[in-house]
Amino acid sequence: MSRNRRLRLQIFRVVVFLVVGAFFLVPIGAMFEFSTRGVTEDAPRTLNAWLTIAQTPDLVAAILASLGLAVLTSLGMLVLLVPTMIWVRLRLPHLSRVIEFLCLLPLTIPAIVLVAGLAPIYLWMNLNINDSILTLAFVYLILVLPYAYRALYTGLGAIDVKTLAEAARSLGANWGTVMLRVIAPNMSVAILNACLLSVAVVLGEFTIANLLNYVNLQVAIALLGRANATVSIAVAVASLLFAFILLVILSFAGRSRARVARLEEV
Amino acid sequence: MPQWIAATPFFLYVGIFLLLPTAIVVGGAFIDSNGLSLSNFSTMNQRFVINAFINSVVLSLATAIIGAVFGALLAYAVATGNPNGVFRRLVSSACGVLAQFGGVTLAFAFIATLGSAGLITLWLKQHGMNIYANGVWLYQLRGIVLVYTYFQIPLMVLVFLPALDGIRPQWREATESLGGGTWHYWRYVAGPLLAPAFLGSTLLLFANAFSAYATIAALVNQGSIVASLLIANTLTSEVGLANPGIASAFALVMVVIVAVIMVLYTVLQRRTAKWLQ
Repeated sequence: MSRNRRLRLQIFRVVVFLVVGAFFLVPIGAMFEFSTRGVTEDAPRTLNAWLTIAQTPDLVAAILASLGLAVLTSLGMLVLLVPTMIWVRLRLPHLSRVIEFLCLLPLTIPAIVLVAGLAPIYLWMNLNINDSILTLAFVYLILVLPYAYRALYTGLGAIDVKTLAEAARSLGANWGTVMLRVIAPNMSVAILNACLLSVAVVLGEFTIANLLNYVNLQVAIALLGRANATVSIAVAVASLLFAFILLVILSFAGRSRARVARLEEV
Repeated sequence: MPQWIAATPFFLYVGIFLLLPTAIVVGGAFIDSNGLSLSNFSTMNQRFVINAFINSVVLSLATAIIGAVFGALLAYAVATGNPNGVFRRLVSSACGVLAQFGGVTLAFAFIATLGSAGLITLWLKQHGMNIYANGVWLYQLRGIVLVYTYFQIPLMVLVFLPALDGIRPQWREATESLGGGTWHYWRYVAGPLLAPAFLGSTLLLFANAFSAYATIAALVNQGSIVASLLIANTLTSEVGLANPGIASAFALVMVVIVAVIMVLYTVLQRRTAKWLQ
C-alpha cells in the first residue's frame, strides 16, 4: 500500500470514529446529565432522582418482576433447549434443520404480531391458571430462542459431543449424568452466553408486557416518564448500565475460556 | 421408547407459545362475527390504514438506507484496522449492545438530548440557535428516523462486517498489478462482490425498522402513524373500539411483508457466501 493511500485511510478512519462516536455517546451522556438536574433551571446538580428510585414502590416492584422474569426465562431456556439440542445432535440429526427453523422463526414474527395472537391465550391463562406477571416468562422464552439457540449452537459445535457422550455411556453414566455432568460443563461459556443474552432481552422487553397490561421494568419506566421524567431517565440509565456490565462479564468469560483452550493446545 | 420422545417437550412448547399465536393471528384475520370472511381486510383501504403502512415503509426505507450507508462506513473503518485490536473488540461489543438498544430507554435518551429541554437543544439555544423554530419535530416521522438510526447503524456493522472481512488484500494487489486504480478496484472488484451483502443487510435493517414498536410507542403518545402502532391501537383501544379481527388482519399483512423481505435476505446472504467467506 502506498504511503499516500495509507494516510488517507487513517484520516478516513479517525473521522468516521469521531463522528459516529459522538452520535452514539452524546445521547447517553445527555441521559446522565438529565437525570442529575435539579428541580429548577439553575438549581445545583443533584442525585435526588437516583435516590428516589428505591423509594418508588411501583418501580421497585417492576424491577423485581423483571429480574424474576429474567431468571425464570433463562432457567426455562436451559431446561428446554440444552437437552433437546444435545439429543438432536446425537440421535435425531435429521431434525436439526426443523429445530433451527423454529428457533430462528421469532426473528421473522415481530413481537407486535405475536402479541395479537397471544392475547386470547393469556386471557385464558389469566382466568384458568394464574394472572401473575411471571407468566410472561412463557412468551419471553420464545423471544430469546434465536439468541440462545445461536449461542448454544456455537458451543455445541466446538466440542465433540458424540465422543463425550459415548465415553460417558460406556462408563455407565445415564443420560442425565451425560448431559448435566459431562456435556454441559464442557460448554459452560456457551451456556453463560445464552443466559446473559436472555437476561438482556428480558430486561429490555416492552412490547408484549405493555400490550398484555403487565407492568415490567420498561413499562414502569415509560409510565413514570409521564409523571417524573428525571427519575425514569435515571432508571433507564441504570438498566442500560446493567446490560453493559452483563456484556463486559460475557466478553471476559469468553476470553478466559479461550486462554484455557490455548494452554491446552500447548 | 422411540427416540423422538425426548424432543417432544420442545415441539409442544414452541407449538403452544409460537405456532399457536401465529395461527390465531392468521386464522383471526379471516374470521369475523359472521364466521369465515374477508371483511377484516376491507379496513385496509381506509385512508388512515394506508397512511400508516406507507409511513412505515417510508420510515423503514429511510432508516435502512441511512443505517446501511453509515454502518458500512463504520464497518469499513473497523475492518481496515487491526483484526485483534482492542478497538475492534470495543466497537463490536458496543454494536452488540446498541443494536438491541431500542424501546423506552432509547426514546428517553433522545428526549434528554433533543427534547424541548434536552442537552443539545438548550445548548444551541444559549448560542442563539433554535432547532425547533418551526415546531418540535422529534416526535414526527423525521425525528423518528433520526432515533431509529441509533440502532440501525450498529445492526449494520454487525451483519456487514463479516462480508468486509472476506475481502482479501490480494484482490486489490491483483487489480493494481493489472494497472487498475482505486476507482477500478471498487467499481469492478470489491463493489460487485459486496453488493449482495450490502443489499441483503439493508433488507434486514428494513425488516427491523418495519416491525419495531417499543421505541415509537414511547415517543409518540397517541395516534397510529405507523403500522406497528396501528396494530397495537386496534388491539387494545382505550376508547373501546378494540377489534382483534382487524388487528389480526393488519398483523398478517405486516408478517407477510417481513417474511418476504427475510426470504430475499436469505437468498442474498447465500449469494454473498459464495465469494466472501
